[in-house]
Amino acid sequence: MASGEAFVVEGKLRVPYDNWYGTLASAFFRELRDHGKIRGIRCPACEKVYMPPRSVCPRCLGTLSVWVDLPPTGTLQTFTVVHYDYGQYYQPMKPPYLLGIIRLDGADTGLCHLLGECHLLGEVEQQELAPGLRVEARFREDRKGNILDIVYFRPIR
Amino acid sequence: MAIRPAIVGVGQTYHRSKRPDVNIGELCTEAVRAALEDAKLPPEKIGAFVVGNMELFEGRYMQDMWQTDFVGAVGKPLIRVTTGGTTGGTLASVAFEHVASGMFDLVMAVGFEKQSEGDTRAGLKTVADPLWNRWQTTGAIGYFARVATFYIKETGAPEDAGSRVRLRLARHAARNPHAHLRMDLESVDQVMKFPYLIPPLRQSDMCPASEGACAIIVASEETARKLPRKPVWVDDWTSVHKEMVYVRGGRHSTADLEMAADRLFRRNGIREPMKDISVAEIYAPATWAELEWLEAYGFCEKGDAWKLEEKGQFHFDGPFPVNPSGGVVCTNPIGATGLIRVAECALQLRGDAGEHQITRKPTRGFSTAWGGSGWTVAHLLSADGL
Ligand SMILES: [Zn+2]
Repeated sequence: MASGEAFVVEGKLRVPYDNWYGTLASAFFRELRDHGKIRGIRCPACEKVYMPPRSVCPRCLGTLSVWVDLPPTGTLQTFTVVHYDYGQYYQPMKPPYLLGIIRLDGADTGLCHLLGECHLLGEVEQQELAPGLRVEARFREDRKGNILDIVYFRPIR
Repeated sequence: MAIRPAIVGVGQTYHRSKRPDVNIGELCTEAVRAALEDAKLPPEKIGAFVVGNMELFEGRYMQDMWQTDFVGAVGKPLIRVTTGGTTGGTLASVAFEHVASGMFDLVMAVGFEKQSEGDTRAGLKTVADPLWNRWQTTGAIGYFARVATFYIKETGAPEDAGSRVRLRLARHAARNPHAHLRMDLESVDQVMKFPYLIPPLRQSDMCPASEGACAIIVASEETARKLPRKPVWVDDWTSVHKEMVYVRGGRHSTADLEMAADRLFRRNGIREPMKDISVAEIYAPATWAELEWLEAYGFCEKGDAWKLEEKGQFHFDGPFPVNPSGGVVCTNPIGATGLIRVAECALQLRGDAGEHQITRKPTRGFSTAWGGSGWTVAHLLSADGL
């Protein structure tokens, strides 16, 4: 451009959204918030216990309604360290932090969640973190009814 | 030689402005199960899936990532289609093409929208040119106020012509258990009391923002003949997109509507559309559009639709039933809306539409979907044994 001046349209889209949990997930989070309890759901046809719970079985499309009380303990299946800073609105905390997939005792599927009190906080050495590590959930005191009511999973001492 | 597709099952949810009892996936499952039940098929029989909704409306891109688990598509071919307002119509077309190609024997198309979860206006605002026009737009309202203005100016229609359309569609919706808006309307005068949005367009002339889902199952001819439901044959389909500049002075174009209908009618030997076609389920988001578009499709001469409306020709029990379901001004879960037109047409052709079944002998059905920037998707269906 001859003048060296470039115009841009400056704009901002407002993108609010309110994604309903649905009846089944609402029941899960009410129990978590009010009683600090984690429940999975069983598909009798597929003989699977899903955690996170879901109202429809992805394997057979059946309606799921059989709740299964799960302990707050489980086994670490795999983990990773997040160093990338994706912005404060999109991450649970400032990186670096640890994410793991935890299979709760009695569940057939894994839950992805934060791993706390591990090597980044000086309590656990990196080599201690390995698939098979036994972990337990630490719950928030003031629970709000979302998945971060579980603060993180930490190694069972 | 392409394989002849047939619709062998349809299903839809009930439609409301809010469905807090279900999440997006669960909403889709309701329609999927209804379609499977209608077709008397177990979920594992479906070979491929076509899913879609409006981009970003619920604050999510790539809704298919969530839908897959809830429509029974785990481990199977699935494609997401999102073509704006025409999405539901394109979903059907793509499912027809999947079967016609010979690649799949049984294909399911699923469309949904859950408008209370996001900001529809934010999505529609981005359609307009950011440099010149975006600040002026009011989404679909502005567009259809213009349609109404030109319709009155060019045809001499009275200002209550749109209200007569609403009255007919309200009566149709009252007979359709799936319809969203169920307005208890007795007279045109009553409709004319609704406030203006942008004159001459009234609140009663526009569609609602609905939540709901729809699914159809498409089969090859060979498979369709073995299934319990009377197959509804898919004779032809087309998509016409005549891009026009959004919001400029002057008259809007109806070239997409004209070309789409003309192409289907010519290719299928339809010379007298109102005689040869026994039911139309058209995607008209405003009452005035229904009048203008019936003319654009070539069902009647320009300027005649409002007169035929006054004579009651378009009622479900009249000589040329238009939107016996209550149409889009009664129910508009956008990503599902075009698919609902196809599903409703199929029900009419099977004779299974219940309370809103047309009284005229159902032979051929015409369904459309429409989207901003002049985009029409149209389908021609026929009853078994025609
Ligand atoms: Zn199952």
